[in-house]
Amino acid sequence: MAKKKTIRTIPRERTPMREQPPEERVKNFAEVACGFGQEDALREAERCLLCPEQPCVSGCPVGIDIPGFIQKIGQKDFRAAYDVLTDTNLLPAICGRVCPQENQCEGVCTVGESLEPVAIGRLERWVGDKAIAEGWAGAPYIEPVPYRVGIVGSGPAGVACAADMAKAGCDVTVYEAFHLPGGVLRYGIPDFRLPNEVIDAEIGRLEKLGVKFECNTLVGRLFTIEQMIDELGYHAVFVGTGAGYPTMLGIPGDSLNGVLSANELLTRCNLMRAKEFPNYDTPLPLGQRVAVVGAGNTAMDAMRVCRRLGAEKVYCIYRRSRTECPARAEEVHHAEEEGIEFHWLTNPVEILDDGKGGVRGMRCIRMELGAPDDSGRRRPVPVPGSEHDFETDLVVFAIGTNANPIMGQTSTLRLNKRGYIETDADLATSVAGVYAGGDIVTGAATVIEAMGAGRKAARSMKAYLGIRDPERPYAIDGRGATGRMFGFDPEERNFARVRVG
Amino acid sequence: MQKFEIVAREDFSDVTYLLEVRHPLMAKAAQPGQFVIVMSHPEGERIPLTIADYDRERGTITLVIQAVGKTTREMQRDCVLGSSLYGVTGPMGIPSHVGKAKKVVCVGGGLGVAPVFPQARAYKEGGAYVIGIVGFRSKELMFWQDKFGAVCDQLIVCTDDGSAGIKGMVTAGIKKALREHDDIDEFVVIGPPVMMKGCAEATRAHKVKTMVSLNPLMVDGTGMCGGCRVKIGSEVKFACVDGPDFDGHLVDFDDLMTRLRRFTEQEKAAAQRWSENCRMASVPQSLKTAPPVEEAELPDPFDEVPGG
Repeated sequence: MAKKKTIRTIPRERTPMREQPPEERVKNFAEVACGFGQEDALREAERCLLCPEQPCVSGCPVGIDIPGFIQKIGQKDFRAAYDVLTDTNLLPAICGRVCPQENQCEGVCTVGESLEPVAIGRLERWVGDKAIAEGWAGAPYIEPVPYRVGIVGSGPAGVACAADMAKAGCDVTVYEAFHLPGGVLRYGIPDFRLPNEVIDAEIGRLEKLGVKFECNTLVGRLFTIEQMIDELGYHAVFVGTGAGYPTMLGIPGDSLNGVLSANELLTRCNLMRAKEFPNYDTPLPLGQRVAVVGAGNTAMDAMRVCRRLGAEKVYCIYRRSRTECPARAEEVHHAEEEGIEFHWLTNPVEILDDGKGGVRGMRCIRMELGAPDDSGRRRPVPVPGSEHDFETDLVVFAIGTNANPIMGQTSTLRLNKRGYIETDADLATSVAGVYAGGDIVTGAATVIEAMGAGRKAARSMKAYLGIRDPERPYAIDGRGATGRMFGFDPEERNFARVRVG
Repeated sequence: MQKFEIVAREDFSDVTYLLEVRHPLMAKAAQPGQFVIVMSHPEGERIPLTIADYDRERGTITLVIQAVGKTTREMQRDCVLGSSLYGVTGPMGIPSHVGKAKKVVCVGGGLGVAPVFPQARAYKEGGAYVIGIVGFRSKELMFWQDKFGAVCDQLIVCTDDGSAGIKGMVTAGIKKALREHDDIDEFVVIGPPVMMKGCAEATRAHKVKTMVSLNPLMVDGTGMCGGCRVKIGSEVKFACVDGPDFDGHLVDFDDLMTRLRRFTEQEKAAAQRWSENCRMASVPQSLKTAPPVEEAELPDPFDEVPGG
C-alpha cells in the first residue's frame, strides 16, 4: 500500500474528542466525553506507526494486540478491529473509558516519545461502542464441554473469567449479591464516566455467549464455596468478590451523620439511582460544601457526583501532592474543569460537630513530603501548628478499601494476614477447583487488572478441567492438571521423545 | 428472572404484618439472628429485615414488618398473597451464637418479638431453660404469644398500659426475671434501640451477658458501604458483616440512635408525598386519619407507630 509511515508523516496532534462543556455537564449525569466519530477514529488510527517493537502490547495488562486492531480501523474493516480486540478483551467499550491508559499502553507508545501518544483508549472505546450499536457479538459457535463453572461476583474479574469459560464451552453461572450485575462498574463508576447502557450492553453480550447471571445471591451465606463444588455440581469456581470494605480515618467525629464512605455515596447514587429521588426511593445525603478525602479515581467520582447534585463547593483533601495523586489524569483534569478545589498536602485531623449530630466543618493539618515510604512515594509528615478549618457539611472518605470479610467468614479458603485470598501463581486457592482473582487477591487495583486476573484464572481453570485451550496449546503455566504429561514438563514435550518410550 | 413469591400473609394490627416468602435456598441456609435485604420493586430502596422464622420443609422464610415509612407502607398495601418481591438477598450477618447457656432470657420489644423468636427456639432445642419477656404498648398490639410461648419455659408479658401482664416496660420484666432466678447465663434482647439500651442498663449491674441485635441503616448489607457502622466499645464495626449481634454492654446506643436519623428529612418528605398520592380505599383507616408524617419521626422499623 502506501509508503511506510514515519513520525514526520503522521498527524502531529492527537485527534480531539468532543466533551460536554464543564458549565453544562455539572448540571447533568450524561457522559462527559462524547467519543470519536468515524472520521476521528480514522485520523487517529493513521497516527499509529505500527512499529515493530509494540511497547503498547506489553504495556497492556491483558496484552491486547493494539497495533493489530488499529491497523484494521485504518483499513476500515471495523468488524475485524472488534474481533482483534475481543480476542483478548471482551469489554472494550468499558475499558476504553475507564483504563488508566497514560500509565499503560499510551504511556509507553513510541509516538509518545516525540509527539502526543496515539489515543489508544479512545480508539478502543470507539470500536466497542460501534459493536454495541451494530449488535456485533463474538464467538458464533461454541463446542460445549460437560463442565459447570460458578463465578462469584459480577464485577470486572468475574465477567472476564465468565466470558472465557463460556467461550471454552462451559456452562457458566455468575452470582451477584446486588439486584443488578456489573459489580463496581455498576455501583462504583458514575454514569457520566460509564453509562449504565454500556454495562447493560456488555453484560447482554455475555448472556448471548450463554453466561447466566443470578442476582440477589450472597455466596458464602446463601450457600458456601465448598457447597458449590460438593452439592451444587460445579466443577470449578472463580471468586472475584472485590475489596469493597471501606476504610474510615478513625479521627474524632467520623461517625457524625454528615460523614460517609465514597462507596456509600456512589452506591446510593449510581446503583440505587438516589439522584432521581423521589422517583427512586433511596435517599442521598445532601451537602452544600462537601469535603472529599482522598485523590484516587473513586474520590474524583465522588466529588463530581456531589457537584452534579448541586453542591456549591467541593474540596479535594489529599495528604500527598499532585504528583502522587493516583487518579487517572483525565479525571483530575475534568474535576478541575468542573470547579473542584484541590487542597494538596492537607490531612484531616478532626471532623467538627454542629451540635445536632451533623457536620459543621473539618479541621486539617498541612503536610510536607519526607523520605520515601514502602510504596516508593515520599511520605507525608504533618507540619506542626499548621491546623486550619474548612467549613463543610458533608465529608466523604475515599481513602481506600479492605478485603470483604464474607469469604473468610464462610469458607475454608486460606487468607493472608490482611484478609485477602491467598493464591498461587496460577490463581488457584487452597481449595481444589477454586480460583480467585482481582481485588480480593491483590487489594484495590484497576478494572483492567481485575479483568486480566479473571482471564488468567480462566486459563488455569481450563487446564484444571482438562479443556484444550486453543490460545495456548502447550504453554500451560505450572502445575495444572495437564502440566506434566508422560513425565515431561510441557516445555520439554515433543513427539520425538515420547516415541522413544 | 427470580421470583420471591409471597405465599402467606397475616396482619397483626393496622401497622404490623407478616409475610411468608418462598425462597427454598434461603430457608435451608437461614440461622437465628440473620437478616435479609428486601427490595420490593425496581425503583425501591433496599431495606434490612430480620428473619423471624424459616421453614426448611416448606422452603419459606417469614418476615414481620411494621409500616412506618414510605417503603414499609407501600409494601403493606402491595404485598398481597401471590405477589412477588423484586429482590430478597441473604441470609446476611453472622448467625447468633447459640451457646451452651443453661438459662437464657429472650426479650422482645414490640416488633422485636419476631426476630428474637428463632433464637429462643434454638436455645430451647439446645436444652436450655428459656424465659421469654415480651413488651407491647397494649394488648391489641400483641402477636405470636402462643408461638413464642411454646418455646419458652416461662413467659413474662409487659404492656405499657397494663392491658395484659405486668404494667410497665420490658425492663420491669427483666427485674422480675432477675429477682426470681439467680442463675441466668445470658440475655438476648431485640427491639427499638432505646429499649435495648434500657435493657442493657438493667442487666449491667448484674454482670449478666446481654446480646443485642442492631438495626442501623444499610444499603448493600454486604460490608461495602459502611453506612451501618456502629461503635462497640472503642471499636467501629459494620453491623451487616461484623454483626448484627453485639455485646449490649459495649454498644454506644446514643450514636446508633443519632445515625438512624440520618435521612429523617428525606424520609418524612417521601412518606408525606406517598400519603398524598394514594388516598385510596385500600389504605387502612388509621393511615388516612392520623397525621402520620409528623409522628413517624424515627425511621426505625422496630419503633411502634402511635395509634397503631
